Amino acid sequence: MPVLVPTTLDEAVSAMAADPDAMVLAGGTDTMVEVNAGHRRPSCVVVVNRVSEMRSWTYDPVAATVRIGAAVTYAELLEPPLATLLPALAEASRTVGSPQIRHAGTLGGNLGTCSPAGDGLPVLSALDAVVPLASTAGERSMSVHDFMVGVKRTAREPGELITAVTVPVLSGWQGYAKVGVRNAMVIALATACVAVDTASASVRLAIGSVGPTILRCAQAEAFAASAVDFAASSASADAVRRFAELAAAASHPIDDHRASAAYRRHAIGVLASRLLRRAFPNE
Amino acid sequence: MSDQMSDDATASARVGWNEQYALHVNDEVREVRDAWVGESLLFVLRERLGLMGTKGACEQGECGSCSVMVDGELVCSCLVMAASAVGQRILTIEGIAPIGAPSDVQRAFVDAGAVQCGFCTPGLIMAAHDLLERSVQPSEIEIREELSGNVCRCTGYGRIIEAVQRVSVNRRAGAST
Amino acid sequence: MSAVVDERTSVGRLGDSITRPDGTAKVQGSFAFSSDLSAENSLWGATLRSPHPYARIVSIDVTPAYRISGVEIIVTAADVPGKATYGLITQDQPVFASEFVRHVGEPVAAVAADHPETCRRALGAIVVTYEVLEPLTDPERAIDGSHPPIHPDGNVIRHQRIVAGDVDATGEVVVEGEYEIGMQDQAFLGLEAALALPDPGGAGVELHVATQWLHEDRKQIAACLGLAEDKVRLALGGVGGAFGAREDISLQVHACLLALRTGRPVRIQYSREESFLGHVHRHPARIWMRHHATADGHIVKIEARMVFDGGAYASTSSAVLINGITHTQGPYKCANAVVDGYAVRTNNLPCGAMRGFGVVQACFAHEGQMDKLAVACGLDPIEIRLLNAIETGDRLITGQVIENVAPVARCIRDTAALALPDEPVGGHDGDPMRLPGGAGRTADARHIRRGIGFAVAMKNLMYSEGFDDYSTARCRLANGVVTLKFATSEVGQGFVTIAGQIARSVLGVDDVVLDPIDTGVGSAGSTSASRQTWMSGGAVNAACQKVLGLLFAHVAATNGVEAWSLRIDGSDVVDASGAFRLSVVEATSAISFDETVEYRHKPTEDLDENGQGDCHTAFAFVAHRAVVDVDPELGLVKVIQVATAQDVGRALNPLSVLGQIEGGIAQGLGLAVMEEIIMTDGRIRNPSFTDYLLPTFLDMPNVVATLIEEPDPIAPLGAKGVGEPPTISSTPAIVAAIRDAIGKPLDRVPVRPSDIIGLV
Repeated sequence: MPVLVPTTLDEAVSAMAADPDAMVLAGGTDTMVEVNAGHRRPSCVVVVNRVSEMRSWTYDPVAATVRIGAAVTYAELLEPPLATLLPALAEASRTVGSPQIRHAGTLGGNLGTCSPAGDGLPVLSALDAVVPLASTAGERSMSVHDFMVGVKRTAREPGELITAVTVPVLSGWQGYAKVGVRNAMVIALATACVAVDTASASVRLAIGSVGPTILRCAQAEAFAASAVDFAASSASADAVRRFAELAAAASHPIDDHRASAAYRRHAIGVLASRLLRRAFPNE
Repeated sequence: MSDQMSDDATASARVGWNEQYALHVNDEVREVRDAWVGESLLFVLRERLGLMGTKGACEQGECGSCSVMVDGELVCSCLVMAASAVGQRILTIEGIAPIGAPSDVQRAFVDAGAVQCGFCTPGLIMAAHDLLERSVQPSEIEIREELSGNVCRCTGYGRIIEAVQRVSVNRRAGAST
Repeated sequence: MSAVVDERTSVGRLGDSITRPDGTAKVQGSFAFSSDLSAENSLWGATLRSPHPYARIVSIDVTPAYRISGVEIIVTAADVPGKATYGLITQDQPVFASEFVRHVGEPVAAVAADHPETCRRALGAIVVTYEVLEPLTDPERAIDGSHPPIHPDGNVIRHQRIVAGDVDATGEVVVEGEYEIGMQDQAFLGLEAALALPDPGGAGVELHVATQWLHEDRKQIAACLGLAEDKVRLALGGVGGAFGAREDISLQVHACLLALRTGRPVRIQYSREESFLGHVHRHPARIWMRHHATADGHIVKIEARMVFDGGAYASTSSAVLINGITHTQGPYKCANAVVDGYAVRTNNLPCGAMRGFGVVQACFAHEGQMDKLAVACGLDPIEIRLLNAIETGDRLITGQVIENVAPVARCIRDTAALALPDEPVGGHDGDPMRLPGGAGRTADARHIRRGIGFAVAMKNLMYSEGFDDYSTARCRLANGVVTLKFATSEVGQGFVTIAGQIARSVLGVDDVVLDPIDTGVGSAGSTSASRQTWMSGGAVNAACQKVLGLLFAHVAATNGVEAWSLRIDGSDVVDASGAFRLSVVEATSAISFDETVEYRHKPTEDLDENGQGDCHTAFAFVAHRAVVDVDPELGLVKVIQVATAQDVGRALNPLSVLGQIEGGIAQGLGLAVMEEIIMTDGRIRNPSFTDYLLPTFLDMPNVVATLIEEPDPIAPLGAKGVGEPPTISSTPAIVAAIRDAIGKPLDRVPVRPSDIIGLV
């Protein structure tokens, strides 16, 4: 049977075991584009968007994490209380494709495709999310940083399923910004997520569409942690400028038909400065 | 993710060419026989079930012409693998209203001048119905965001917004009387 | 199976905003577009295309494809029974490439098989060996002769000069600019599609196709198939938009050939990528202009050089060039001019008709110049345009005198008088969708600058340069019902609506039936050049008037009244005294009338070697004002409002006119800020809707429009074509507004974010 539609995780994992190279289909918003273009000719498909464990999310207030099933859609991430717990992820979700795409596309699919322009990925990176992978051998988890290997390459092994993503809930401002040439339904030329963790007095910055995969900007983060005033929510104009320079320097963009490397690098600097100012509105 | 390329082009065996399944479309169970596994819901609706009202214009979810409802969610049927939609309730433009008895949204599109070539129209009708189910009095900016997945090349959108607003006004007037 | 408009239209006379007769079918999904047509036992057709911009075909081996189950036939150039090439003006484009491929995507072979996926695999199995050649991609190298001819017809498609008045005249003020216009795609939503039905025994073929010009298609198809024209019957498949891209042949001959060879119905439907490769585009152009003016701002002389890149085949390039150079001055008085224009052949994608047809390019340049002139003369953009506004009776640089109503100054004043948006940057509710960048939350209101820009355009209507331009319509009247027959392509513009309005107004009937649109009547000419309201409207009017004359004669003879005294009043025939009244229904209960008329506009002339001649038929005018919000640091733009006053002559259906205005502006906006086919070394980089961006609901602003109705005595119904003008000056108005917001020159469209922030 080439198309399997399991409803439990056990069934889904068994299906993957039966054909470890099966095409995993969630919302189809990336995969079917390739099938329609003749770039992929599936012989076995495991459809995961009706696996109940993957369709739901749970909040663990003690661990301060949200475990989001891999088949949760962007439209669902836009709704409270998820949107309240993870506001940057909601902001990113609102930029994904169109309403139709947000109804179908899933966070697990975003991870599985692992495009550098994946809209949800900078948020997962900034929040140090963890990706659980399941197979008949059991579940293993890895940091999202280890999971994202390169352009459309991940650490998922044949036979494994991305079941969920576990996202820490931070105490502090977080926000997302995305540059595209159109005001809706557009592929990112540059994205950035800033997440403040007041508990650890840290500022995280992840950037997308400017490297083979999502990049964390360690120097900019270290600089910000020392340069901003967390209590007063303030950052000097100089600090914002320096943060932007370090962010731009951390990018590794390429020229393509969508934008030049120079523009993408410039845009990262602008986004970083504007996000940091939103996080620390006082001068 | 990886997947297997099926038989090479010159092989005579046709793997994945005999899919049999049933779809639940517009409150009817429709059998699909001898389908290729890679067929989209858009293709199957049009070519196997004869439901030509759903249109394809980009095959990558960038135009909204193929919009249908699947289990109550507005989606692009070109991005739904047809065989994966078994057991789900599919609503197409043909299920919105009987021929000759258009819905209020459909009438408003005609009356407001929201239709020119009409190719994007069925998808927009689906999206507008969905919007007006969820939002009784959408603001203009809300209409623009909610319909932004549906590209129209003829109208410049002004008359479409007018049509949606007319339905909103009329429904509220109807509800209050 | 048939995709024709064939229902009674709603009641309405000229000037009424009645709704479309095909509207209900379109909103219900039951209107049959060409892609919706199928037939018993039909096959799918698909096209193998060149991966190279320029190469010699060494060999083609189709045998591996025949081993795929489900493949019925494969055809190549060797299988074309008639003329090997086609084209609208010169027949220089091969049905299938034989010796050379001259652009990426050029058809090399076609296959018919049982399923689209079988077709895809068959195309993948055909082995074509190419000897790759150095492509010609720089239009200047086509002009300077430094690249060998890539086609037997040479690399220059047409060169034309205009020399007018005193070529040595100078002005106290001189402004100069170089402008570049990118390659725009028509991007209709209804992809190319057709159904070909072979006659038994292969004696002929019936083609249901989405096209702009049934008879011209038929002429070219019949020639390539080696069939007499009457053996090729065309019917209009429902057309999902056109905008110029369906004026040239694409899949027509391929579908017919596959059907004739297999003896089975064949459907071809392009993918979006194929559509980008398979139809002509708007010409990319480079334009240099130098304006001389008096110190107080009157234009003295214009010098210009225009180069249009026609791509690999001629299509309508020579006519596009003429439109471009003859609109150098725009809607402004100018006595002296020296203009040099080239349309050239390269190995880029072929270019031809798109809404605005050469005038879009010229207008972007002349409006950039007018803004520079305003600055140089210390005038504002509106003053400089009013000062130079052309009027009826003025002589153009071609020597042609404008006979039309020419309310240019009124277009400018009425546009300027329209209210500006009252919302501040970002609006009041904090929704990021109101700012440039939209949901991307790239900016806060304080980052944004607002700008206002103005532009005005002149556009020729109908065909030019001596073309025998006509349209045919047949009117039958019986039992109070009018039946109209015409071959006018309905592409969404609404001719089917106004055709009924004309018949009702002329003949006093309520019921109008539209016959199927096909080649069963004479040619209507193309649905292009803003010409069908004038031409096919003129033909329908003339046919109805002829029937009216017969009706009056009949009524006079049977009722003892004078024919000359009769007129239509509502649904009745009445005489001047008012004593006689008879309903049209009663008057035609026992008799019917049937008249077919060809309508022609007055002849036009070729241009001479100095570009002099009455080459155009008529002109329409329009002004646009754009308000934009710009993020100067990221280079993102949101257009906030476009205001316009358009010279429409007479609005036969104001709602339809508004639809043309709003839709045309959306395409002008697209060219201004996002739409471009990007070519690198002859290869297209963005053949998809993911990367070729069209304006969405969140990109297109509200339009504020005023219709200027000064019925044109030259036009058969007083109505000018309205389709193209909205697309023409909306683009430069938006760019002018961006310039105003950022205070920097911009000389290229589409304006890219990097252009705004000044990155190389």
